[in-house]
Amino acid sequence: MTGVNLSSPHGEALKAAGEVDGRSLWQDAWRRLLANRAAFISLIVLVTLGVVSVVGPYVLPWTYDQIDWDHVEAMPPNFAMGHYFGTDSVGRDLLARTLFGGRISLMVGILATTVALTIGVTVGAVAGFVGGKVDQLLMRFVDLMYAVPLTFFVIILMVLFGRNFILMFLAIGAVEWLTMARIVRGQTLTLRNKEFIDAARASGGSTTAIIIRHIVPNVLGVVMVYVTLTIPQVILLESFLSFLGLGIQEPMTSWGMLINDGAAELEINPRTLIIPAAFMTVTLFCFNFLGDGLRDALDPKDR
Amino acid sequence: MTVLDIRDLTVRFATHDGEVAAVSNVSLSIAKGECLGIVGESGSGKSQTFLAAMGLLAPNGRATGEVNFSGMNLLTAGEKALNSVRGNKVSMIFQDPMTSLTPHMKVGRQLAEVLVRHRGLSAADARAQSIAMLKRVQIPEAERRFEAYPHELSGGLRQRVMIAMALLCAPELIIADEPTTALDVTVQAQILDLIRIAKDETNAAIVLITHDLGVVAGLADRVAVMYAGRIVEVGDVRQIFKAPQHPYTKGLLACTPRLDDETGGALLTIPGQPPNLQRLPPGCAFNPRCAYVMERCLRERPALLPDAAGGLSACFLTNAQGAP
Amino acid sequence: MWSYFAKRVAIGVPTLWAIITVCFFLMRLTPGGPFDAEAPVPADILVNLRARYHLDDPLWRQYLDYLVGLLHGDFGPSFKYRDFNVTGLIAQGLPVSLQNGFSALLLAIVIGVPLGIFAALAQNTRRDYIVSAAAMTGIVIPNFVMGQVLILVFGVWLKDSVFHLPAGGWDDGAFPNRILPVFCLALPYIAYLVRITRGSMIEAMRANYVRTARAKGLPFRLVVMRHALNSALIPVVTFLGPATAFLLTGSMVVETIFQIPGIGRYFVQGALNRDYTLVMGVTILSAALIIAMNLLVDIIYSLLDPRVRYNEARS
Repeated sequence: MTGVNLSSPHGEALKAAGEVDGRSLWQDAWRRLLANRAAFISLIVLVTLGVVSVVGPYVLPWTYDQIDWDHVEAMPPNFAMGHYFGTDSVGRDLLARTLFGGRISLMVGILATTVALTIGVTVGAVAGFVGGKVDQLLMRFVDLMYAVPLTFFVIILMVLFGRNFILMFLAIGAVEWLTMARIVRGQTLTLRNKEFIDAARASGGSTTAIIIRHIVPNVLGVVMVYVTLTIPQVILLESFLSFLGLGIQEPMTSWGMLINDGAAELEINPRTLIIPAAFMTVTLFCFNFLGDGLRDALDPKDR
Repeated sequence: MTVLDIRDLTVRFATHDGEVAAVSNVSLSIAKGECLGIVGESGSGKSQTFLAAMGLLAPNGRATGEVNFSGMNLLTAGEKALNSVRGNKVSMIFQDPMTSLTPHMKVGRQLAEVLVRHRGLSAADARAQSIAMLKRVQIPEAERRFEAYPHELSGGLRQRVMIAMALLCAPELIIADEPTTALDVTVQAQILDLIRIAKDETNAAIVLITHDLGVVAGLADRVAVMYAGRIVEVGDVRQIFKAPQHPYTKGLLACTPRLDDETGGALLTIPGQPPNLQRLPPGCAFNPRCAYVMERCLRERPALLPDAAGGLSACFLTNAQGAP
Repeated sequence: MWSYFAKRVAIGVPTLWAIITVCFFLMRLTPGGPFDAEAPVPADILVNLRARYHLDDPLWRQYLDYLVGLLHGDFGPSFKYRDFNVTGLIAQGLPVSLQNGFSALLLAIVIGVPLGIFAALAQNTRRDYIVSAAAMTGIVIPNFVMGQVLILVFGVWLKDSVFHLPAGGWDDGAFPNRILPVFCLALPYIAYLVRITRGSMIEAMRANYVRTARAKGLPFRLVVMRHALNSALIPVVTFLGPATAFLLTGSMVVETIFQIPGIGRYFVQGALNRDYTLVMGVTILSAALIIAMNLLVDIIYSLLDPRVRYNEARS
């Protein structure tokens, strides 16, 4: 039984099967992902939420910042008036606000993760591939950053440079890349000595070209798993900042802010807290399930 | 007298992509004092057969059939009954001595706990007997090694510790799963010698699981060859080496480099890939790689039946398998 | 072992210094002083204020003064609470936050680790799914939502029952006032610990040496406790480092929601009021705490795994 652990024979077996049937690893992963019920449902929910939060605000009878002057108070759901989820304490439509807030939260999540992804993959791939002094320097820096209370730094940046949307995702992205860099470096180290990298080098590829063309595509799987798990973390961080009054500014809104608003009238009107909180929680759930599902799909022996 | 009798053992694993049968309908028996070699490639089911017999399958594995040991069926025996057998009447030696000893416990404690468990010895007695056993497996400075952590020992020493552990309770059966695979060649020979000595001194039956025919040749009395979860040939060790019947056994022998090589030194390999248990071909599992493949092999699976050489083999060419 | 320890300390000190320096210059170099945001202050008063806080000194001077102050445990004056210095505020707030934080951590370990082991040993059964789903819920429901829900349930709905708990306030650390905040702070940890422990325990149970232990005929309980648990706990210990950071972040939310006078709340207040010295003080303190915790984690490592004592490469 050299090297094969039959508690998880599917890894090797499937790779072999992929070769035989001419199916790629990605197609296999995709098939396995769809077979995972939790991950599949999560994917559908997330896509739906994304579409609804982008399209919704244009379709709804009220906009997120429009005050219904006939009802400047929290009003329970009223279909005749077009307030499907009711209104908040100053008469703004709660559904419109929740969807708009979702758009902001998702955007911060995705944009910040993109920033983290760009920095993390670059640093990780360079450190892993170039190695030596460069590697040591970069990873020392990453180690050092791990000791920094990063949430505090995001808050400091927000306070110093004013609370705005762009700074928000840049700041969060700038602190979320550390783990990404470590993961990518680890993967790159194992790739560096593979034959196809030698082949690329032998045929005269420059370091940059090899990193972009050969390293990055091969670490994509692991990175994608991590991305799916980072987005909810960022959404959580943003909502946390907004909740403390240190994030997005009025009249813009995000789930965290809506939850903060709702918390203020928790006793009279729990609906204003529960609706945005439910949207956010479901989203975070789905991202986590999707991330777990992706990990299982790409590396099935992990279960 | 039969020590261990395996009847129609099938082992299945539940995976993401459905069930996989790692072992199919294996029947084997091991006699007292006998050494049985189990040979096959990775994934042939040779280890899983005996892990299943000892109730040590991974949680997603399920075994059916019968494994009889001193009047009880180990497959249906309770955890408590199994634990009175394991490490006591049947002990195991595993492949990788680097990872098979608990890293955070001193070697001595790992030995002594067996005696405390099965013999009810006091800590002091267990210590004394463990050290004596370490000496018996020729570990120098046994007292000092007793206090060592596994990472402080070399691979060969660790495997000696594993053997000592297996011998502690004077078992009736020792299952050695690739005991030499992870070791240097020179150390391999020493470990095999040790197993031979242990066999002669204790008269324990030994199951020697390996992919290396060379290991089997020196130690085993009988050999079972496994392919894709089934036994394809069983026979006396001399017969198997002299006149292998099954084409797979022939292939395996041809792949083994020999000193009396007359073919001019070209190392042969069996063409094709090791079988994928999830997509076995219909008929004989070996058919995609078999040089003698016939039309019938693609439709029917040959049964394991007596052959002309006096052993058993599962091939249409070696025995009359009934009318086609 | 001691050289290893010394090496970690030697890395920790410059790290802390770098954090202090970056913090300091970020604060001083950004446009807008601490007094700009307020209602316009007459020019002469502003000059006085700046003089009082030494903001008219050259920058390097201010920096050196600050560093020297830190060495004496002086974090400088608060820009907002005119009669307090930051050291005083921290001295008030830190014990409160630490008590809550460590109570929460302890609660989380006591609940989370056994639950994780329980789920791992029942892998892929209904018991496992229930525990894992609960843990996932604990992770995705943010602290600040959970805090509100707890207040709603125990502070409002159960107001007239025996289960009523104060919805906020500290009351000098009276026990009933601690229950909800500590629980709220502990929940995400419990969830993380369940997930981490479950994962590492499953991994540990697959280890070859666990198979050896089972093959020796040891009873299951002994296999788990004596052979598997140790290495399963290593990731749990690793988590304690980042846990400190979570603890501090969590305390911001929990102390704000439950109106507890701890450093988390001071930090949020300081950030909202642009009280730079207070914000800096808390940040530096937090960094020091995190570094110290990581050090502690390294020590526990070496106790759990004898290999670390010899192999210093693990860092």
